[in-house]
Amino acid sequence: MFKVKSETVKFLSFAVCILLIPLLISGGYMMNVLVFVGINTILAVALNLLLGYAGQISLGHAAFFGLGAYISGVLTVTYSLNSWLAMVIAALTTGLLAFMLGFPILKLKGHYLAMATLGFGIILYIVFNETVAITGGPSGMSGIPNLGIASLQFDNDTKNYYLIWVFALVTILLSLNLANSRIGRALRAIHDSEVAARGMGVNVRFLKVQIFALSAILSAVAGSLYAHTMTFISPASFGFNFSVELVTMVIIGGLGSIYGSFLGAALLTLLPELLRAFQDYDIIVYGLLLILMTMFMPGGLVRGVPAILYSLLPVKKQGSGN
Amino acid sequence: MNLSQQVIQYILSGLSTGSIYSLIGLGFAIIFNSTGIINFAQGEFVMLGGMLTFFFLSVVKLPIIAAMLLAILIATSVGVIFERLAIRPLRKATPLNLVIITIGASILIRGLAMLIWGKDTHSLPMFSGNEPLFVGGATILPQHLWIFAITLLIIIINKFYFYYSISGKAMRACSYNRNAASLVGIDVKRMVLFSFAISSAMGSVAGIIAAPLTMTSYDVGVMLGLKGFCAAIIGGMSSGIGTVLGGLLLGVLESLGAGLVSSGYKDAIAFIILLLILFIRPQGIFKKAETERV
Repeated sequence: MFKVKSETVKFLSFAVCILLIPLLISGGYMMNVLVFVGINTILAVALNLLLGYAGQISLGHAAFFGLGAYISGVLTVTYSLNSWLAMVIAALTTGLLAFMLGFPILKLKGHYLAMATLGFGIILYIVFNETVAITGGPSGMSGIPNLGIASLQFDNDTKNYYLIWVFALVTILLSLNLANSRIGRALRAIHDSEVAARGMGVNVRFLKVQIFALSAILSAVAGSLYAHTMTFISPASFGFNFSVELVTMVIIGGLGSIYGSFLGAALLTLLPELLRAFQDYDIIVYGLLLILMTMFMPGGLVRGVPAILYSLLPVKKQGSGN
Repeated sequence: MNLSQQVIQYILSGLSTGSIYSLIGLGFAIIFNSTGIINFAQGEFVMLGGMLTFFFLSVVKLPIIAAMLLAILIATSVGVIFERLAIRPLRKATPLNLVIITIGASILIRGLAMLIWGKDTHSLPMFSGNEPLFVGGATILPQHLWIFAITLLIIIINKFYFYYSISGKAMRACSYNRNAASLVGIDVKRMVLFSFAISSAMGSVAGIIAAPLTMTSYDVGVMLGLKGFCAAIIGGMSSGIGTVLGGLLLGVLESLGAGLVSSGYKDAIAFIILLLILFIRPQGIFKKAETERV
């Protein structure tokens, strides 16, 4: 019982901190950045379910993000559909696509899976660029309406912050529950050994596809939120580079750690802002980070930093007194 | 131009790009066969070949042969350094870790290239002039012939090396069974180093011969690498004729698709083919299926 309680306390304190942050920030620009942190957190947590728990590599997750954004955008701009309804449709469509794609694609493992997801991501990126009549092509799509509930319009950064972070907190809660459930354990079993998991009665194939679809749905929701808060989307945000960024976030934070994904997302969203002067260097930093983290801290910051701190503590002397 | 002439044109230019894909694919296959790693950074060596040659030619003003040789040398060194620093220390890494590291390296190399040379596209001069030749109603440039010739040369050299030289046979031995190879006295670590060196050299040559036609810039590596990988997959990761055929097939299909269907989706065609192969016959067209030990 105690374990459950500490998890709840952790989550609630996290949630409270998140919700109180706007009171400490004055600048509108910082608010905008924090909105991005929220969106990236949803994406990183979604990817972590697939990558960290189930151990399935995906280098094309930006595609699901983009699908959610574009479906929402097209439905609300071209067909004047209600934004919330559009979001639901976008999420379900993306989920369905991922579900159908999941069956053949998740038969693959290791680098083959990586390449297949990469290929899929690029195909969608090309589709976004080429279907100019629908998506506006490389110049993007603008005029996407803000979200609103009754008379409350989410039209400034602070309101969007709360909107996004409510979704992010729900996503985190959902993932934590999932991770600590029978399904979470089954996922980790799959990660360790698919054959053994199958031998224990886990429906490996179906579960992998379900997690893939769930991950895609969450990413699509993030995409819709992105579309409505930015009011402008273009294919450039949904390409291979962003997929790699997402994987970097998950790895830096720590595979299989939900809060780690938040950490990774926050770090990789804030870092470019702090390094404003080094605009073009960010691509090098990502590359270095990926290599160094994988070599020296494969468990991510969430495990590596406490380990380092722990090792710095004075060694306790053992044995009876002298 | 009537349809059949167009088709011949597409096929010829497809064979040419296909040759490039074959060279890149062989690079993937060689490293995979000796280490089991897919080197996502392979495409970057192709980029380095072209960009370094351009740099030495236009900025340092070296004669073209010297520029090319120096470019190949430097690209090979980068490959060796990469193997030493990032691959060798990680003997026990999971496939995920290895994928991530090679992706990280590819990003790093690409980023450094962007910093040093900027984002512009550059082109190299054609090796023997710009006059097109006419073959069966289709036009090809001398550069296409150079590509065919050099690719063929490299494939022949490869064949001789792997099948008739001691170190080549040693590398093949490592690819069949590392432990057995080291038991008979083969220095597996050195073979791994060689495989990276050979792959990066071949990749850079591919970049050099392609650059006069397709231009080169800091980010050509991504697409070329992926398509080369696709060629290797079609060929079942063989270090020989399978991958070559895979590359040629890919090049021709891509060219026909771009010409007859739509050019915007040209890149998508390669990836759709990749996905289809991975879904339907992941061991490649030319190989028997493998079984996996649990």
